[in-house]
Amino acid sequence: MPDVLVTGADLLGAGRADLLLRDGRFADPATAGPDVERVDADGLVALPGLVDLHTHLREPGREDAETVASGTDAAARGGFTAVLAMANTNPVTDTAEAAEHVAALGRRDGHAQVVPVGAISKGLAGAELAELGLMARSSAGVRVFSDDGHCVTDARLMRRALEYVRAFDGVIAQHAQDPRLAGPDACCHEGELSGRLGLPGWPAVAESTVVARDVQLAALTRSRLHVCHVSTAETVDVLRWAKARGVDVTAEVAPHHLLLTTAEVAGYDPTYKVNPPLRPDEHVAALREALADGTLDVVATDHAPHARHDKEHAFADAAPGMLGLETALAVVLETMVLPGRLGWGDVAQRMSAVPARIARLTGQGRPLAVGEPANLTLVDPAARAVVDRAGSASLSRNNPWHGRDLPDPVVATFWAGRATYRRA
Amino acid sequence: MRHLLSAADLSLAETSAILDLAEEMAQVQARPVKKLPALRGRTVVNLFFEDSTRTRSSFELAGKWLSADVINVSAKGSSVSKGESLRDTVLTVAAMGVDALVIRHGASGAPGQAAQWVDAHVLNAGDGTHEHPTQALLDAFTLRRHFRTTEPDLDTFAGKRVVIAGDVTHSRVARSNVLLLQTLGADVTLVAPPTLMPSGVETWPVTTSSDFDAVLPEADAVMMLRVQRERMSGGYFPTPREYTVGYGLTRARLASMRPGSAICHPGPMNRGLEISADAADAASSLILDQVAAGVAVRMSVLYQLLGGEDAPATPRGDL
Repeated sequence: MPDVLVTGADLLGAGRADLLLRDGRFADPATAGPDVERVDADGLVALPGLVDLHTHLREPGREDAETVASGTDAAARGGFTAVLAMANTNPVTDTAEAAEHVAALGRRDGHAQVVPVGAISKGLAGAELAELGLMARSSAGVRVFSDDGHCVTDARLMRRALEYVRAFDGVIAQHAQDPRLAGPDACCHEGELSGRLGLPGWPAVAESTVVARDVQLAALTRSRLHVCHVSTAETVDVLRWAKARGVDVTAEVAPHHLLLTTAEVAGYDPTYKVNPPLRPDEHVAALREALADGTLDVVATDHAPHARHDKEHAFADAAPGMLGLETALAVVLETMVLPGRLGWGDVAQRMSAVPARIARLTGQGRPLAVGEPANLTLVDPAARAVVDRAGSASLSRNNPWHGRDLPDPVVATFWAGRATYRRA
Repeated sequence: MRHLLSAADLSLAETSAILDLAEEMAQVQARPVKKLPALRGRTVVNLFFEDSTRTRSSFELAGKWLSADVINVSAKGSSVSKGESLRDTVLTVAAMGVDALVIRHGASGAPGQAAQWVDAHVLNAGDGTHEHPTQALLDAFTLRRHFRTTEPDLDTFAGKRVVIAGDVTHSRVARSNVLLLQTLGADVTLVAPPTLMPSGVETWPVTTSSDFDAVLPEADAVMMLRVQRERMSGGYFPTPREYTVGYGLTRARLASMRPGSAICHPGPMNRGLEISADAADAASSLILDQVAAGVAVRMSVLYQLLGGEDAPATPRGDL
């Protein structure tokens, strides 16, 4: 692998500097040889490679919607060098063998590091603990466990899961959705629009009440809790309360919840069906504020590709989820950086360092310094483009940003010193 | 008018035109030979993803009495249960050379989505808990006739008070009626226990109440909504008995109604639950008139959509 010399990049407060990528790590630029490949980064911001805590790669089981190859290609285009692959595949990642299979697919096909998330319960059924320890001790080294797509509603099972993973420094990532409050068909934020359109409502408290319970359990067990895709102002309030009391809780927000609102659902377009649902303006404002002040620790995409035919149903019947990997940084730039809510250093924390720390990934989210793994994302803060879903690397097209003018920040991505994406 | 997806699509002028034409269609309905050549050569498909006898029969008769070729497709238990997407089902049916699709679906918004995929005219015959615009039209037709028995020149419902009582949250009939009655100028009051009142109802152009007895004596008409059996186990109200006491049109409440005020119900009725037999069969009950009006109104709507066109519609979109 040839050395790469990135020249003149903005190093997040350290001013403009050169970066030399050699053998998968950053090396002293002064040692660059004459044959080095040069990348002019004048005007570009250098970020540590982004880490997504919440990706659905669909392989194994639904390779028509996404594969490890296509999903990580999309990740690389979005500036990511590592993705946590959610467990709700077919078969479910609830054994050591299944986790090792996903990790092996990543090593074989990945354009980014693929780290399996293990299921909390067998088959995501919420009844019995999955083999958490075996997954953790496997070569996949699972540290994040989630039944994402399903909420662990049984309080005792949730307590046991939190207690159990403490033995190997695991974290329980909860999909917070009280199924009794939300109802089995919930597909739209419960409010004026759901009432008018006749769509089954998903009340905000169905999320926050579960989070309130879980932070109490995390406090009781002195364990690590992570809250997936926070979507409501009420949940933010609960998280502030918990963090003020020292509970070891982290939380993520998805890009679509930072920009899109319930109003998108008015035309029943299933592209905008996502779980948890898009929320009204006041929730979006609360999420932005919470991401700015650190109550929400990370941005995670909840990248959820679906084959076209799984979306071409009536809104209530269509599969929930939307693409996110390629546009996540664009949305964060649009909603947080350009309005002055976050600086680039904050972005590096919320999209790289902190997610890597939550997942205990030692080779990701590191400083851009000599000797560190050469995971790098080069960003043009000024570029914009109209999103075209046809240009996606994903096999799916459920892209909620199609036709929108958004920042187009990612110029190049290097994973372990190797270019996984270079803008043409 | 290209499609009829929502009662909100109709202006006052369009509503009046549909109701006026329905009066003429009702004359046809009264003839020994109930047939007009208006839609000869046109094809109407009743595409029903959800069971319905009265609405489907009503649309079928309406099409046939206008001489259209009408076929019924029950998508429930056929293509859909085999995993076909809504879009593929709709495009497949439309590809047969259909001029109008009458769609009933258990999911809100489905007819509107279908209208984006095909060139055929789409009529919403009831979608989930969203809307049922032809029901609202036939209710308006029935009420207009009723009101005209004492006010022959009545055109709008200005000054008329209509109470809609029952499970508003899950009622597509209520939503369409609220919209159409607003267009016609009526004052609408929704009556329901708070558990059966939709989110955001405070933004609707209606008054709301949980006290049926307080609002009923002022009503010029009361529309009772059917209570679905599954609501009883869903925790929306404690017992059928309690529901009836609070929100049923009982014999006592029937007696409290203003003389001349009308009773409507979209059917099928739960006698003894939301409506007593006395009320259902009262002289002021217009329930069977509503059923009869359904055919005339749907003839009128089909004619408004399809009459006078030359070129048959063709499907669009790639299969």
